[in-house]
Amino acid sequence: MNPFLEIDRLTMRFGGLTAVDGLSFTVEHGAIHGLIGPNGAGKTTTFNAISGFYRPSGGEVRLRGEVISGLSMHEVARRGVIRTFQHSTLFAEMTVLENALMGTHMAFRPNVFAAIVGWDREDRRGAYARAVEALEFFGLEGLRGERAGDLAHGHQRALGMAIAYAAHPDVVLLDEPFTGMNPEETTRMMELMRKLRDSGVTILIVEHDMHAIMGLCDRITCMSFGKLLAEGGPAEIRSHPDVIEAYLGGARHVS
Amino acid sequence: MPRTVLLVILWAAVAAVLVALPHALSFSQQEILVFMTINLLVVASYRLLTLTGEWSLGHVVIVGVGAYASALYTKELGIPVPVSMLLGACTSALIAMGLSYPLFRMKGFYFLIGSFAAGEIIRLLWKRFREPFGGPKGIKGIDPMPDFSIGIWDFDFFEPVSYYYFAGAVVALCLWLLWRIERSPVGLTFHAVHWQDKLAQSAGVNVRAYRTLAFVVASGFAGLAGALGAHYIGTINPNGFDVETMVFVLTWTIVGGTATFYGPLMGCIALTVLNEIVLREMGFEQMRPLIYGAVLILSILFLPKGLESLVQKLVKPRRVEP
Ligand SMILES: Nc1ncnc2c1ncn2[C@@H]1O[C@H](COP(=O)(O)OP(=O)(O)OP(=O)(O)O)[C@@H](O)[C@H]1O
Ligand SMILES: [Mg+2]
Repeated sequence: MNPFLEIDRLTMRFGGLTAVDGLSFTVEHGAIHGLIGPNGAGKTTTFNAISGFYRPSGGEVRLRGEVISGLSMHEVARRGVIRTFQHSTLFAEMTVLENALMGTHMAFRPNVFAAIVGWDREDRRGAYARAVEALEFFGLEGLRGERAGDLAHGHQRALGMAIAYAAHPDVVLLDEPFTGMNPEETTRMMELMRKLRDSGVTILIVEHDMHAIMGLCDRITCMSFGKLLAEGGPAEIRSHPDVIEAYLGGARHVS
Repeated sequence: MPRTVLLVILWAAVAAVLVALPHALSFSQQEILVFMTINLLVVASYRLLTLTGEWSLGHVVIVGVGAYASALYTKELGIPVPVSMLLGACTSALIAMGLSYPLFRMKGFYFLIGSFAAGEIIRLLWKRFREPFGGPKGIKGIDPMPDFSIGIWDFDFFEPVSYYYFAGAVVALCLWLLWRIERSPVGLTFHAVHWQDKLAQSAGVNVRAYRTLAFVVASGFAGLAGALGAHYIGTINPNGFDVETMVFVLTWTIVGGTATFYGPLMGCIALTVLNEIVLREMGFEQMRPLIYGAVLILSILFLPKGLESLVQKLVKPRRVEP
């Protein structure tokens, strides 16, 4: 049987800079898999290459054995891989509910003729129900009429995830989902992540909040300067000398 | 439901006013009313295109494609006028489909310039080929709508009033269709593509396909508007669809505002009334481009969100519910 999501010698170059350098790891089905590393390690770039935002300079990404790297973003999405963005990227001018409705695009593909004639009542109702369910899951139900751009930062992060959730993903790629959330919100969100995983969704998560990562992940991949540094369970990673060095080195570099 | 009753009464009143309107106007004003009705369809279809965030400078040429196509279908192939109008609309949509392949490799400013170039190429073809487009002089003696009668009412489509009723009915139907599209999940997706194409893509939206869809549908309606105009005026030429005309369409759209469906319609009506009725009465007709320029600048300075923003202050926006 093929591994579920396989990143195989993935390389991403920007001019002279190699942001991701021959990175390989696999994500098990139904796992919460963490991807960590100091600032600029290439985590977001890895996400961008998996989700089809970039075409990798080398290597492959395979989902259930099928090569998905090089496909465009909506084609990757249609294969069940949905990503969120590091900086709150929302349809800021649209309402919270409309944002969530966009997440239902693939399940209830809109059609001009059906829309004019009115044959899409069922679909609209289905999409609405799914969108409301997604908002309820993330506790945003009460904000459905708000303009997305007006939400508090934590709510914006949650809405980004609600859009992904509404799309019925097989895999979600979450890029720093907990930034801008207070500790209680983070704890609640971690609970939701576990619930999501238990419902069969595989999660690949990038996050700097080590407490959250260690508490949440089944497996963690640590990268530095585009390369794989270490991989293992939370306990292993926490005590891994290379990881400690990379983070301390990073910290020294920053300060 | 009192709300529905109220709406029905309101719309009935609007319809009654629109039916009675031409009888309160002079003959030349009636003609202007016909053109304005057709122009409403031009700006409304233009708005559909702008929903996806792309502004084209070729829209008026697409209107012309519908006009030329419909005129030629009647002239060369003997197709009845109402049918040829629909075929003209389809032709515009097809041409737009063809243009979308090169044009939608571009975005924003490049799309704007690309659409202008594409439009100029089409106009050049009209000028260059005497057969069948008639060269710079264009096509004359285009078949009018055939007379017809419903019961006691006779419609002679040389009469502006009759043509106004005909065009008005067609345009009203088209506006309703455009409105249905905009308020549908398809319309929501157009908005989404405009505001955040990356996020839309990550939700599985084929952004290119949606841009093309908006362009093709908008062009179809634009082509129908062109055909409606061609069979009323009876003559068309390449200069009727030049960039100056495009600037008028842009001015109507910007002065009206593009955030709402009715914004561009308001812009078109307000400027037509200003231009044709006020200015012409006062004898300033020659200064039309100058005055349009001034109105455009003033509205950008003092009413940047368009005439529609005045209405929006009065009516709170409604939320999407199923
Ligand atoms: N489009 C791009 N063009 C050029 N260089 C880029 C581009 N995107 C990322 N980089 C560079 O690639 C490297 C990795 O960036 P990336 O955003 O993937 O890091 P990251 O691990 O997500 O960091 P952070 O934790 O700060 O989000 C950085 O040096 C960055 O400057
Ligand atoms: Mg990043």
